[in-house]
Amino acid sequence: MKRVGFKRFMSLVVKEFNHIFRDRRTMLILFGIPIMQILIFGYVVNSDFKNIGISVLDRSNDTHSQRIVSKLMASGYFHFRGNLQSDHEIEETFRSGKVKAVLVFESDFGAQFNSGESPKIQIVTDASDPNLANTIVSYIRGIINAYQLEARNATGMGLLVAPEPRMVFNENLSSAFMFVPGTMALILMLICALLTSISVTREKELGTLEVILVSPLHPVQIILGKVLPYIFLAFINGLVILLLGRIVFGLPILGSPILLLAELLLYISLALSLGILISTIAKSQQSAMFVSLFALMLPTVLLSGFIFPIENMPVILQWASAILPPRYFIIILKDIMLKGNGLAVVWPETLILAGMTVLLLFIAIKKFTIRLAI
Amino acid sequence: MRTILVLIRKEFIQIRRNRIMIPAMIVAPLVQMFVLVFAANMNMRDIDFHIHDQDGSTESKQLIAKYLSSPFYSYGGQVFTEQEGEELLRRDQTDMIMTIPPAFGEQLINREPVAVQFLINGINSAAAVLTASYSQSILLDFNQELIANYLRITGQSAPGRIDVSYLHWYNPELDFKIFMVPGILVILVMLVGWLLMSLNVVREKELGTIEQLNVTPIRKHQFIIGKLIPFWILGMIELGIGLTLGRLVFHVPILGSFGLLIGFTALYLLTVLGFGLLIAALSETQQQVMFVNFFFVLVFILMSGVFTPIESMPDWAHWVNLINPLAYYMRVIRMILLKGSGFMDVWQDFASMALFGIIMITLAVRSYKKRS
Amino acid sequence: MSRESIIEVENLTKRFGRFTANDNLTFEVREGEVFGFLGANGAGKTTALRILCGLSKPTSGTVRIAGLDASHHPDRIKKVIGYMCQRFALYEDLTVFENIQLYGGIYGLTPREIRSRSDELLDKLSITDLRNRLIRSVPLGWRQKLAFSIAVLHRPKIVFLDEPTGGVDPIARRQFWDLIYDAARSGMTVFVTTHYMDEAEYCDRVCILSGGRIEALGRPEDLKTTCQVDTMDEVFIRIARKDQT
Repeated sequence: MKRVGFKRFMSLVVKEFNHIFRDRRTMLILFGIPIMQILIFGYVVNSDFKNIGISVLDRSNDTHSQRIVSKLMASGYFHFRGNLQSDHEIEETFRSGKVKAVLVFESDFGAQFNSGESPKIQIVTDASDPNLANTIVSYIRGIINAYQLEARNATGMGLLVAPEPRMVFNENLSSAFMFVPGTMALILMLICALLTSISVTREKELGTLEVILVSPLHPVQIILGKVLPYIFLAFINGLVILLLGRIVFGLPILGSPILLLAELLLYISLALSLGILISTIAKSQQSAMFVSLFALMLPTVLLSGFIFPIENMPVILQWASAILPPRYFIIILKDIMLKGNGLAVVWPETLILAGMTVLLLFIAIKKFTIRLAI
Repeated sequence: MRTILVLIRKEFIQIRRNRIMIPAMIVAPLVQMFVLVFAANMNMRDIDFHIHDQDGSTESKQLIAKYLSSPFYSYGGQVFTEQEGEELLRRDQTDMIMTIPPAFGEQLINREPVAVQFLINGINSAAAVLTASYSQSILLDFNQELIANYLRITGQSAPGRIDVSYLHWYNPELDFKIFMVPGILVILVMLVGWLLMSLNVVREKELGTIEQLNVTPIRKHQFIIGKLIPFWILGMIELGIGLTLGRLVFHVPILGSFGLLIGFTALYLLTVLGFGLLIAALSETQQQVMFVNFFFVLVFILMSGVFTPIESMPDWAHWVNLINPLAYYMRVIRMILLKGSGFMDVWQDFASMALFGIIMITLAVRSYKKRS
Repeated sequence: MSRESIIEVENLTKRFGRFTANDNLTFEVREGEVFGFLGANGAGKTTALRILCGLSKPTSGTVRIAGLDASHHPDRIKKVIGYMCQRFALYEDLTVFENIQLYGGIYGLTPREIRSRSDELLDKLSITDLRNRLIRSVPLGWRQKLAFSIAVLHRPKIVFLDEPTGGVDPIARRQFWDLIYDAARSGMTVFVTTHYMDEAEYCDRVCILSGGRIEALGRPEDLKTTCQVDTMDEVFIRIARKDQT
């Protein structure tokens, strides 16, 4: 009896696998999008700062001002867009959009510098992109600081206190360390929730779900049968993303790989429970998609700390972010992979994820069986 | 002409009756606007730091005092061992550990060079760079004072300290919201045009109603125009809602010409709608359309420069952006709204967009087949 | 039976890759006739009908509709035909009248014509009270009759019906055929595909398709006589069996 049940269950699993593998577009979504996304994030949306157009309004035009400008250009952060002659031109250049900042040297700049006075440089930025404006100012300042140091060293008045910055966990300051964990949390959430909810609602629409429901399988078995292939696929996907992160972007795995994989499974189960829950509520594929996209994708991108720091958000949004599973998964990933932390550190997040999974699964199964009863 | 009007009327009746469409059009923008604008705040927050003072001299306290008085730092406390500091970093309870070596004060008095170590959490590389740059800047000031004191004693002269000031135009307070609102408008207008429209067309395919239309004498262009215009109007309304919200709630300025903005939006919408139609023409089911759209929308949004400057992207991204309508509109709407750029500043984008729009619509009309 | 041919099909072949859906079909349909296209599922009925309507292109062969070559004048042909398919094609989120308005408008009827024909149509089906109801909430049997009435709203010369009575109860089917007869009486040619053999009895002439080929063509009485049986059902089974052996 038990064996018959298992056989039936397995045939359901096999059926689901066949569905997924035969649909090329689904496969494209499953494996193409994660890879594309990782690469786009890695190469395009990284926060590397370079090629920013700047112009110079040099009222002094002496050795010092010229050297500072050539130092700026040699840094690789900036792209020289020509000299300006007067204040009026600043507005014009900003409007054309090619120049993001103008460096203004006051007259007598070099002479004042040599005589130990405080000559002035003004950085005028196009702050229509405030973030960029801020970054430009701090980079230019850094370079000017370095120039002063050099000038000082040349006169034998070197620095007494030298800064010795050391970047821990990410010595080369690769932006991949930020986005790989985030992308992984996003992709897994989407694949699991979006695909399961769509696949269940599609069966609802086609009426094939009814056929399965009248079979002697237990509802829990039906859910498991639907979900098992996706656990497998999502797991493979997670591994692919980890591998890409490692090979292409040099992301380490300092902590225990076993713990990492266990957390991966936990998160996948959570996302799948969410998908099932959505499918019990949504009546059509269209609404399942809308719910998945608006309720899952946007919040994951915006509120989970993936791109924008949670600390900066208004309190209400911080609360909203507290109920988002990706937020905790991202912390866990960073802790285990980049910092080498173990369960001793990540247990609170793990507990939260586990609690959410149990709760969601409970509601999903309950809703599913109620639907059956009606 | 009358045929087109008949089709447009039908489309509007259907949109009015669709229970998802109207909420999706009004609620989604509201929510997106508020959540996105408030969440998408990349401003640097205070740097949490801890101090490991192995010296404890007057000099080391002077240095610490300089950091405490800086508005960018928030002091977390002292640590007494290296391990303790590393543990704090590991648990994400601090951003930076500043270590002052033993005999720091003594060496300064003897005018021997000495190093101060900053351990910075580098996972968020952008923030780490800024943290390092602020910290160095403060240290430079400290040096400057030391040297000035020393020079005063010895009577020597040395190069001055350059006084770097800054002036942020168009957004002196660096209000991130003013930057984000136009970016979100671009995405919203696209979503309405592209997504809703392509879903709508494919739904007709799935239901079979499109076949009924195909056996009628409707011409291809009539069908396409009949679909384009309603969604084009919806997109423009969406822009209106967004602009009003942005103006009233977030005080986003409209410095440039309103007509220019409308004109460019109209072109942009046509291009996006062309994209939607093309994808709909090549897909059979709503699921396929959603997946393909999802792929393109994601790539286009991420590459459009909504969050990160396009200039910093690699060369191939610039090539991809040639066919990314969002990239054009993202740049132009910000220029018009925030900087008051005029037609002469954006005519190249205008021309590219127009050309692009014509190509997309032509492709869409061609790929729509009345017979298989 | 000396009426003119309105549909002329010569050596029509349609292949999808290696699969031949229609194999060298040649037949003609005369004006005012109710012409039945019979066959099991997959016999190629729908494929042929879609070609006749201009929804699909033949691999080879010629099709002439109302004297016009289908591959050269698809748009002129579309003005003189009506079409109703097995998948239900009225807009569910529009009302009965809005659907009439839409298709009337597409075929270039004036608002006055639309109104008068709509009243006439609703009156004939005696569903005047359903005029402003959404199609979604109209019972299935009525929807089918409405779909047919709307398909002939512009008074086409020919109406193509693709399994129009699928999933409808026998009484509603009967009523549906009454509508078809009415249309034929007014001079309209009706081209209908079906796999209900009792419906074949209602046709003036039938063409039985099997495996993409024409197996029999003629008046139902003649076919029954040739096969020496009493019903079309048996005719069909004979032909299908012949095909199997």
